[in-house]
Amino acid sequence: MVSVESERPGGELLVPTPVKIVIAGGFGTGKTTMVNSVSEIPPLHTEELLTEAGVGVDDVLGLEQKETTTVALDFGRITINPEVVLYLFGTPGQNRFWFMWDELAFGAIGAVILVDTRRLDSSFPSIDFFERRGIPFVIAVNCFEGAHSYEVAEVRRALDVDEAIPLVLCDARDRESSKTVLVSLIQHTMDRLDAMA
Amino acid sequence: MTGREDWWYDEAAGPLVRPYAMVRGRTRPLRPELHLVTQVRAMPSPADPDALAVEHLEIMELCRRPLSVAEVAAYLDVPLVVVKVLLSDLIQRGDVVIRDPSRVPHVPDRNLLQAVLDGVRGI
Repeated sequence: MVSVESERPGGELLVPTPVKIVIAGGFGTGKTTMVNSVSEIPPLHTEELLTEAGVGVDDVLGLEQKETTTVALDFGRITINPEVVLYLFGTPGQNRFWFMWDELAFGAIGAVILVDTRRLDSSFPSIDFFERRGIPFVIAVNCFEGAHSYEVAEVRRALDVDEAIPLVLCDARDRESSKTVLVSLIQHTMDRLDAMA
Repeated sequence: MTGREDWWYDEAAGPLVRPYAMVRGRTRPLRPELHLVTQVRAMPSPADPDALAVEHLEIMELCRRPLSVAEVAAYLDVPLVVVKVLLSDLIQRGDVVIRDPSRVPHVPDRNLLQAVLDGVRGI
């Protein structure tokens, strides 16, 4: 881990800039596995309590009237340098928590959308979500043992994603492989930025 | 969640009641700029530690190095909304500093992306 300096030269407390990457995809595609494989700390788990209406938790007196539910979040951390820290958030499994996805996606570098070729359709909602919001994403095909291996072109056709969207094969359990996926996302976001400039 | 019987005091109720007692029933975070990854750092020592609850002091201890709101919630094992309320108290007292939101671009700029790229390659 990179050591964190306590102060700037002027004595002002150093507070790093946070950045985040969202790890999305259908249930069982390896989101938590990917977070685990690259995080510098054991992946953390936290929960947000939400009313079913999804507008945030209201004052406690009103709670009897509302259905309250818990959204679980798993995340990891990579300290980039003393001034920048990267967080990796796995999206909550239940697709109905879209408003939580909005908070996760807000200001994110982009998203990795994991795909299991045995259940391509489970990742369609994730692709739609990021496509509609214009948030950069890459598709990472998690190559599960025992699953038939497909050519990148075949998967791209089946998912019907644009040629401009990077599509990579990976093993979410493998740190180097997951790193390669993150690198391709960051590069893709930079390329899009350059194209807009 | 299917019906009224499933609402928040299900089998996980034990630890859920206490956090709300901890913040005296306040569930609306006072500081809208507290997001999941907002960085929090404790000042070297609180101004008036006697006025703080145990949970505030735990946050002060955790945040001797900068941590995100989500990390504080995970380490304290309380819901995010509870941590946001507690942090709002500490911000108001001047006991913690957060990353000035105006200095965080909505989408990371090129220099920041380059630093992240180099950082990820280096791990």
